[in-house]
Amino acid sequence: MTTLSSTASSLAEATSSDSALRRFLHGLPGVDQVGAEQRVATLGTRSIKTTAKQQAIDLAIRMVDLTTLEGNDTPGKVRTLAAKAQRPDPTDPTCPATAAVCVYPDMVGIAKQALGSSGVKVAAVATAFPSGRAAMDVKLADTRDAVEAGADEIDMVIDRGAFLSGRYLEVFEEIVAVREACGSAHLKVIFETGELQTYDNVRRASWLAMLAGAHFIKTSTGKVQPAATLPVTLVMLEAVRDFREATGQMIGVKPAGGIRTSKDAIKYLVMVNEVAGEDWLDPDWFRFGASTLLNDLLMQRNKMKTGHYWGPDYVTLD
Amino acid sequence: MTRLDVKKTYKLYIGGEFPRSESGRSYVVNDAKGRFMANAAQASRKDARDAVKAARAAFAGWSGKTAYNRGQVLYRIAEVLEGRRDQFEAELRASEGVTAARARTYVDAAVDRLVWYAGWADKIAQVTGNANPVAGPYFNHSAPEPTGVVAVVAPKGPLLGLVSVVAPVIVTGNTCVVIASEPHPLTAITLGEVMATSDLPGGVVNVLTGSVAEIAPWLASHLDVNGLDLTGVTDPALATDLEIAAADNLKRVRRPGVEELLDPPPLDRMTRFLETKTVWHPLGI
Repeated sequence: MTTLSSTASSLAEATSSDSALRRFLHGLPGVDQVGAEQRVATLGTRSIKTTAKQQAIDLAIRMVDLTTLEGNDTPGKVRTLAAKAQRPDPTDPTCPATAAVCVYPDMVGIAKQALGSSGVKVAAVATAFPSGRAAMDVKLADTRDAVEAGADEIDMVIDRGAFLSGRYLEVFEEIVAVREACGSAHLKVIFETGELQTYDNVRRASWLAMLAGAHFIKTSTGKVQPAATLPVTLVMLEAVRDFREATGQMIGVKPAGGIRTSKDAIKYLVMVNEVAGEDWLDPDWFRFGASTLLNDLLMQRNKMKTGHYWGPDYVTLD
Repeated sequence: MTRLDVKKTYKLYIGGEFPRSESGRSYVVNDAKGRFMANAAQASRKDARDAVKAARAAFAGWSGKTAYNRGQVLYRIAEVLEGRRDQFEAELRASEGVTAARARTYVDAAVDRLVWYAGWADKIAQVTGNANPVAGPYFNHSAPEPTGVVAVVAPKGPLLGLVSVVAPVIVTGNTCVVIASEPHPLTAITLGEVMATSDLPGGVVNVLTGSVAEIAPWLASHLDVNGLDLTGVTDPALATDLEIAAADNLKRVRRPGVEELLDPPPLDRMTRFLETKTVWHPLGI
């Protein structure tokens, strides 16, 4: 996407009106679907072994947003999750902590209390997650609620209905308003790429969210199939790379949902390194939204440490 | 016009499917006279890992079936095997160089053995379970339960050998990963085809072909494997090593010994891979 030579001022102009925004987003070059999928497939064959694999696994653990977003969540379950986030492998003090735990807003207080000063952040989903179908003031109240309870990060969902019918400014203003309600908390914007139909839409949504001030762009809620896929994440990584070229500002990326194995996670890390660059290989700039992934990472970690295969009997049930 | 031969590709049997080895390797299998017969897939440790995963996934469903149902499925394997007896007799004669009469004896014995174990499905609990007399107001009983995923090294004797080690393991509700006899792997894969078409859920039996010395240590040390049957291990040093590796997570191990396959099989092929659950049930409350 080298044709994009926008400067900060012309980007500001792009958001001045609905038509300007539409012109800008539809003026973004289209995504070469076959090319993107092939590039992902090629990168997926990269062989990461021995010490490089050990490093990749530890990095992936540090990037996990350990998530529980179920209707049957209880304070006990959230506390268990918080304990696991701080010490994923209690038998091994060298095992790093995860980046954050991700919960519903009503569980933020409990998670915050359980995590204390461990450095593991609390992320809360807000704005009528996962569908995003609620009035604006409800969404803002949801966000403020979570921030007041102590959330460090807010994961909001965009209004896919408005986005798909081309009311881009409405989506833009919504993100801006939620960002304001976040105060000092970081904002992650969820696109639910499984509902956006095309890679072109993913690219447009990425730019829209970045222009509106998102700190992170996130693929999915995990409630819709397909959730995160490698090509979708590739398109988003290209967007944050180009955005930094245009504005100097760095935005994080978080694929969420459907990443279950260490092998998958390592494929993502290879792609981050090759597409966005080494700067993004850091929990501040790349996260995995996952629950079962952590167990597989721990099993792989122990396999490398002990030289024999591990089993699910030796990690938590969750 | 000449017709091209359609040769069969012998692959592995994992999770109800027939994949090639992840490693892409194969090895040459010769017939009894030392002539080339076919290439067999040479499984790697990762194939073993995948097989354990498939066996673990199948365990809940298989052990949750009623004993009666498991017996029916085993009987069904015997039926399908009976229907393909000509193919198995031909394969046995080619690979082992036995006479037609001998091959027929082996196939007969394999079918009969499956039927014999099928009968055990809903009877083993009566033999190994018990109502225990206790001094207290309790009804106390012990019942056998399957141990989980069992790794099996099959002995020589491509058909009867495999049936004799696999049937007793699965009839009680375990699932298994079996390493077929290294010099005679082809019949094991053909038997896999029989199992794949006899209502046996995918993953209950997984067949690997390749080097025992290469694959078995990975299965013996795998923490998600609960039992180890060393029947087919001929090297005593390897058997000891495997037993040591298996001790790490307290696997139930069945040591190799001298057995004549055609003799009536010992019950410990089943009981070795059972755990006993004892329940104290209060009375008179």
